[in-house]
Amino acid sequence: MAESPAHRLSERDKPWMMRTYAGHSTAAKSNELYRCNLARGQTGLSVAFDLPTQTGYDADHELARGEVGKVGVPVAHKGDMHALMDAIPLDTMNTSMTINATAPWLLALYVVCAEENGVDPRVLQGTTQNDIVKEFLARGTYAFPPGPSMRLTADLIAHTVTEIPKWNPINICSYHLQEAGATPVQEIAFAMSNAIAVLDAVGQRVEAALMGAVFSRVSFFVNAGVRFVEEHAKLRAMAILWEQLGRERFGVRDAKQLRFRYGVQVNSLGLTEAQPENNVQRIVLEALAVTLGRDARARAVQLPAWNEALGLPRPWDQQWSLRIQQVLAYETDLLEYPDIFAGSHVMDGLVEEMLSGARDEMATVARQDGVDAAVAYMKSALVDSHGERIRRIESGDLVVVGQNAYADSEPSPLAAGADGGIMTVDAGVEAEQIAALVAWRERRDATAVGAALDELRRVAADDAQNIMPATIAAARAGVTTGEWAQALRDVHGEYRAPTGVGEASAPRRVSTEGDLEALREEVERVSDAIGRRIKILVGKPGLDGHSNGAEQIAVRARDAGLDVVYEGIRLTPSQIVTSALQEGVHVIGLSILSGSHRELVAEITRALADAGVDAPVVVGGIIPDADVAALKEAGVAVVFTPKDFDLTQIMRTVVALVADRHGVAAATR
Amino acid sequence: MSDTGEELGARLRERDLTAAPAVLNLVENRAPQQRGAIAALLAGVSPAALGAEAPGHLVGITGPPGSGKSSLLAQLVPAWRALQRSVAVLAVDPSSRRSGGALLGDRARIAVDATDAAVFVRSMAAGGRLGGLAPATRAAAQALAAAFDVVVVETVGVGQSETDIAEAADTVAVVVQPAAGDVLQFLKSGIMEIPDVLVVTKADLGAPAARSQHDLQASLRSLGAPDIPVLAVSSLAPPSGVGELVAALDEHRARIDVPARRLAARRASALADFSAEHGDRGLRALGGSRAATRLLAALDASLDVAALTEALEQAAR
Repeated sequence: MAESPAHRLSERDKPWMMRTYAGHSTAAKSNELYRCNLARGQTGLSVAFDLPTQTGYDADHELARGEVGKVGVPVAHKGDMHALMDAIPLDTMNTSMTINATAPWLLALYVVCAEENGVDPRVLQGTTQNDIVKEFLARGTYAFPPGPSMRLTADLIAHTVTEIPKWNPINICSYHLQEAGATPVQEIAFAMSNAIAVLDAVGQRVEAALMGAVFSRVSFFVNAGVRFVEEHAKLRAMAILWEQLGRERFGVRDAKQLRFRYGVQVNSLGLTEAQPENNVQRIVLEALAVTLGRDARARAVQLPAWNEALGLPRPWDQQWSLRIQQVLAYETDLLEYPDIFAGSHVMDGLVEEMLSGARDEMATVARQDGVDAAVAYMKSALVDSHGERIRRIESGDLVVVGQNAYADSEPSPLAAGADGGIMTVDAGVEAEQIAALVAWRERRDATAVGAALDELRRVAADDAQNIMPATIAAARAGVTTGEWAQALRDVHGEYRAPTGVGEASAPRRVSTEGDLEALREEVERVSDAIGRRIKILVGKPGLDGHSNGAEQIAVRARDAGLDVVYEGIRLTPSQIVTSALQEGVHVIGLSILSGSHRELVAEITRALADAGVDAPVVVGGIIPDADVAALKEAGVAVVFTPKDFDLTQIMRTVVALVADRHGVAAATR
Repeated sequence: MSDTGEELGARLRERDLTAAPAVLNLVENRAPQQRGAIAALLAGVSPAALGAEAPGHLVGITGPPGSGKSSLLAQLVPAWRALQRSVAVLAVDPSSRRSGGALLGDRARIAVDATDAAVFVRSMAAGGRLGGLAPATRAAAQALAAAFDVVVVETVGVGQSETDIAEAADTVAVVVQPAAGDVLQFLKSGIMEIPDVLVVTKADLGAPAARSQHDLQASLRSLGAPDIPVLAVSSLAPPSGVGELVAALDEHRARIDVPARRLAARRASALADFSAEHGDRGLRALGGSRAATRLLAALDASLDVAALTEALEQAAR
């Protein structure tokens, strides 16, 4: 047999696992979608859960209103899991679940579903994201305080490493850090620091001999932006740091156990609402970042859809993203070569830069006093980085084609259809899910459920025990997601993560500073005329935890001279109304990205009117054009969408709105 | 149509808690044409109008950033509610020197049940003022004390700001986290006034919190103040020490002569307001600060701060 030359592989590589992050409406509808995606060549499942499921609430909880079935599938009990996995072979399927605070619970439902289908849980393959730190930092679907959350994370890992050995119990996510504004160096450093914290916690709960196996089961979930050369260097740097960490800190020797394994969802932050067709080439280039070099190639890839900045993708949009992967893997020659960057002094130099920056940043994180302080430090660093990114877009230093440059465009036919180019979840889904839930609660053995929950609370209160066996028993008994999480909330209490905005630094001198100075003068003038400094309430109703937008608005409002009440994520309409009333605000800004704006905003404007609050309401977020009229009818003064990227301009509009509402005449210039 | 100052004063005297947002909107208003309305409101809740000192317990809570003040309040508010007491919280945050704006972020950590009408939380920006109190905070606290059982003023800071908060509160609690050596230094050197109650947070940390508690007790003894309670509390589930803190705050208030403390506070506030407005020159016209203090001491004890300040202004003319 002929020896293959050094620049060719003897055998073409097998492609990475191709997934699409999917789930919506109900378990049955999502199951239909999964089977269709598998038939079209997808090779694994990636389950998107709805926000109530991710944060541990049943569909009939006040906070779940408007969110059921929106950004993912509701799974409330083992019956829903059976419906979700119907006719999918659990013994061979590889299922990734984006689930964190409630990860032990969803894994338990998956295990029980397998058991009841005659599949031995030991053969199950897949991933639970199970990364709570980035929920505190960036994504917001936490449920319990950091200490107890870390214990749940560690318990799940300790359980699977012996009981479900092929399971990936944790996916350390730097994905959401980049979405929240992290630079590549911050992304590496914060992800590695997070991994250290997790491994330290697991180290307390398993025998030392198992740490090599634990280390080998820790995988990463990264992001890749459009600067794809630098992004590829980032991944090579992560692989080097990971191996070093394993050897030096955790004493792992086995080369296989030291391997850096990662899945990826490429960047959504850089996708634009303006000229959305440009997003397709952005996604392709970002996919190259994680596939180009063989030495740091992704194990599993998910690509977002071109229309993520517009709303929820339709099946056809997701199919398009899958086809990008298939073209890359099956048509190009990408998989035929060894690492194409081996010996590249450009790549080596970039990797070296990343490594040294990341090591410095990791040292800074390590100097923080405990997980809480580290989270607070990293959060404010992210708010700062994101603010800097936005200022660079505003000033034009960072070019975003179609948005702050080359903005003149033909109308895009992509979004011209009757559906506006996005999927809308049937509004009846929530009522349907609630009715099914009520029926489920009536059907099951109430005594067994009560006993399972009592046992769960007992185990939760005893730090020496692993939460998984009691959680699996509760899943078998027919306990619901909301009940499981409430039992743990009873023991551990509720938690609100730091918002990061209080520590955000004041703006550096940038080219937009002149604009801001003029706006400050206007704020002073209007404030003097109405007697009090203009005060704004920035609120995030519902369960959506993507708080970047709200945080940046809050910081810019302060920098413009407003007094800003910002309370973080996950507020009920009644909390927002109470705040508006008690704080005496002049204007209310609501940020919603989960698609629940129609339900939530109407409820809030109604309640504000009932409470006698006459401050104008503005709404920002991923709001399809088709919904703008309905929001205005509900009493919203202005709607901002991702097209409105200039925050100073947004603040000018807000200040003018307040001036108008209080009869302050426009400035004479 | 919004209520006049007189009407708001009357609502507070009737202990109408729903008047609170409008009261704050008025006392925060800096427009010259609102001064009369503010004076009318404050006169309406003055000891003269009430026939006694306002019944509410004015509690000051202060401490360095990150010491756990708002987490502590998140525990204290429900504890007071469990005793059927109505609670108003005035949370003061610093303003940006550059823009004049402020981020007021603590509210969500404090607010418990949004539908509980007996809890009022208002965030206030400190403005340009040193000393940690917003210009309208003291007036707001005094007004709300006519209607609420407990009025908490929460400020950031350690050092000078306790002096300011002492003028607004019956009982001042300073909150520190374990191993906060600067507080110990401030106490010893006299930069910081001795508070009425010292609280060490994060008692869940165990040994470090206990050590801090012990160190603070030792230095209070050496400063001749062995009776100042030093309490360790934990805001993490399961919370601890909160009931003891509520009791310690109550005990302090039972021990002091509230009318005398408030009278002294009103006089100090009037002098501070006068100095802020008229400076050293104004003080010289009164014959210096000692003379001004004597002048205030001769005035009717039931006058509110605005009336006292006006009396000083007349004397200076």
